[in-house]
Amino acid sequence: MADALTARAATNPRRLAQRKKRRLAVVFVLPALLLLGALVVYPVLFSLGRSFFDAGGDRFVGAGNYAAIIHDPATLKAIRNSTIWVVVAPLLLTGLGLMLAVLTEKVRWATAFKLVLFLPMAVSFLAAGIIFRLAYEQDPDRGVLNAAVVGVHDAFHDAAAYPTARAREDHGLTGGAGGPYSTEETVRPGRSVSLGFVGVAPDAMPAGAKAAAAAAPDTDGIGGVVYLDFAPGGAGTPGKVDPGEKGLPGMVVEAARDGRVAATATTADDGSFHITGLADGEYTVRLPAANFAAPYQGVNWLSPALVTPAIIAAYLWVWTGFAMVLIGAGLAAIPRDALEAARMDGATEGQIFRKITVPLLAPVLTVVFVTLVINVMKVFDLVYIIAPGPVQEEANVLATRMWLVSFGGGNDQGLGSALSVVLLLLVVPAMLFNIQRFRRSGA
Amino acid sequence: MSGHSTIERPPTRHAAAVRPVPAPSAPGPRRRNRMSRLLSNSVVQGVLILVALVWITPLAGLLLSSMRSERDNASDGWWTALTDPSQLSLDNYSALLKDSGIAAAFGNTILISVPTTALVVAIAALAGYAFAWLEFPGRDGIFLVVVGLLVVPVQIGLLPVAKLFGAVGLFGTITGVVLFHVAYGLPFAIFLLRNYFAGIPREMLEAARMDGGSEWRIFSRLVLPLGRPAIASLAIFQFLWVWNDMLVALLFADSESQPLTVALQSQMRQFGSNISVLAPGAFLSLVVPLVVFFAFQRHFVQGVMAGSVK
Repeated sequence: MADALTARAATNPRRLAQRKKRRLAVVFVLPALLLLGALVVYPVLFSLGRSFFDAGGDRFVGAGNYAAIIHDPATLKAIRNSTIWVVVAPLLLTGLGLMLAVLTEKVRWATAFKLVLFLPMAVSFLAAGIIFRLAYEQDPDRGVLNAAVVGVHDAFHDAAAYPTARAREDHGLTGGAGGPYSTEETVRPGRSVSLGFVGVAPDAMPAGAKAAAAAAPDTDGIGGVVYLDFAPGGAGTPGKVDPGEKGLPGMVVEAARDGRVAATATTADDGSFHITGLADGEYTVRLPAANFAAPYQGVNWLSPALVTPAIIAAYLWVWTGFAMVLIGAGLAAIPRDALEAARMDGATEGQIFRKITVPLLAPVLTVVFVTLVINVMKVFDLVYIIAPGPVQEEANVLATRMWLVSFGGGNDQGLGSALSVVLLLLVVPAMLFNIQRFRRSGA
Repeated sequence: MSGHSTIERPPTRHAAAVRPVPAPSAPGPRRRNRMSRLLSNSVVQGVLILVALVWITPLAGLLLSSMRSERDNASDGWWTALTDPSQLSLDNYSALLKDSGIAAAFGNTILISVPTTALVVAIAALAGYAFAWLEFPGRDGIFLVVVGLLVVPVQIGLLPVAKLFGAVGLFGTITGVVLFHVAYGLPFAIFLLRNYFAGIPREMLEAARMDGGSEWRIFSRLVLPLGRPAIASLAIFQFLWVWNDMLVALLFADSESQPLTVALQSQMRQFGSNISVLAPGAFLSLVVPLVVFFAFQRHFVQGVMAGSVK
């Protein structure tokens, strides 16, 4: 059979087979070309043409839409933000990826680590957006980021503050809500004072607060107690430490004379304090305003000033694994001999990194960087999801602005088309670079 | 990738001198070397553990939030569930699945992403083979155009294709969404497969032709099996791309055909009061990609790597 075939192929039917093959080739490529022609090529040409007409599409405006891009403040803001994105995100990602790739070379569980960092690549931007909207919630009781920020802040500053507390009126303290408070009468060392407060809700009380005891006369300083002058159930006498009333721990108490603070103390869990080291004399006992300051509420991540950096951070979460894995593969391809030889010659790790690793990695770093630029340019979902309605305009990038202009109420399809053409033109150079690389490597 | 296979030697001037003489003078500096190596290594480990924790925390937050009641989510953070696991239940999920809208949207996501993936792979494999191994007029020129189309962002197609679909009654249908995705997935898919197929040794194809195999037979019995790695990576990338898409469906799908991403997006305006819907919904949309991720790690990484040029 093979014989017969070769014999026939050599003669006349050969051209027939050729023609058949050609027809087959057309059948093979036709579905692809039809779809590409109708849904990609035609739309590009249509958008290009449409970008020269006005919002409704009836009037030819020439380059008017492109001029509008530069004059429309909202669109300019989007261009500014897109520039920030393209400058900051790829650079940070490449740097972060390089750092982590180098570090993971030193540990045994590198594979597990890479898995964890690559995981977000599977997550949709919508889900990532929801994840970070949750993390960025401003209330430190709900948003994990502000919970961390406030936790760190409070670790360095005195955490106990009683923003709602106010002194029992007419029981020895003067001062308005929010502090500071000071005793109406002066106190001499060896005496003690009981300072009653109200207005602290039971669930706002520090967990460690203990029952207060009436202040006993002090021996060598000014003693006393700062307490919540309110017993559960409402029983008790105002101005007196009754059973069941708790001390207010963590209050800063100052002893001042002639307007100058002579010494300070902090109340214990039962609210007692003990100011020592005082010379004999008349002192005013004061509770400075810091005791009544509203607690630190953390950072407003999604405020107009921070919303773009916040969304870029979410983007880093998604893409760092990509940069790390790609750079890690490049790192593994660096010949060990070169590094070893440099070490033998007494090069430090820092020198090796700068003089050998980075230059050898340059091609990989460029590819990662360019790929990221392309992807960053087109970022849409994250911005659309994370930026809350009122700050959407502050966060807009080219892609979201194009969407809002064309479909999101703007309904200016001329300007929208012009923006999409700009988006296309911006990606072209980066893309050409990638194609060139692909062709050279013959992948 | 295993970092410990190479000898990490801390920088020291003595290193070269000490090495050939292992005896008496060695212990001092060597012990110090080991100490500093141990120290720097544990610093590295610490840093990496910290980074891994930072990366896991947001996901953990979503998972735990998705299992807490609306009241709990409104009053305090998900981390309180770590010490009080009694907050956690699957109630949100069962409520979500009973809500026909979300369940239908989940179904739509499948109805959109599976056919898209199959179509892209099939059409691109045919075209890729033709571009690589069949002769037809204008072949190389057309392929260059296809490569050029790689760069076209979907945004430029939104408006014209919406008008086109509107004219032929495809706007707001699953078919429309699928067709759009297929068209914009094709340039990369053809590019990838053509290049992979072109790497098949010519002799293998010639031999098959000599044996009397038709082009179709050669394609289906030889080229497709040989191209499996590339096809697998492409399929995974394409599937995830479409599964995770929001933008295309936001425009082309109506309320009947919308996928999960769009259904959840429409809930974003009430963010804060509907975390018991958004968090489990988002997690639901994650489950399939995560399964794909863990089941096909190698192909997944390759697919994402290759596809990132898009």
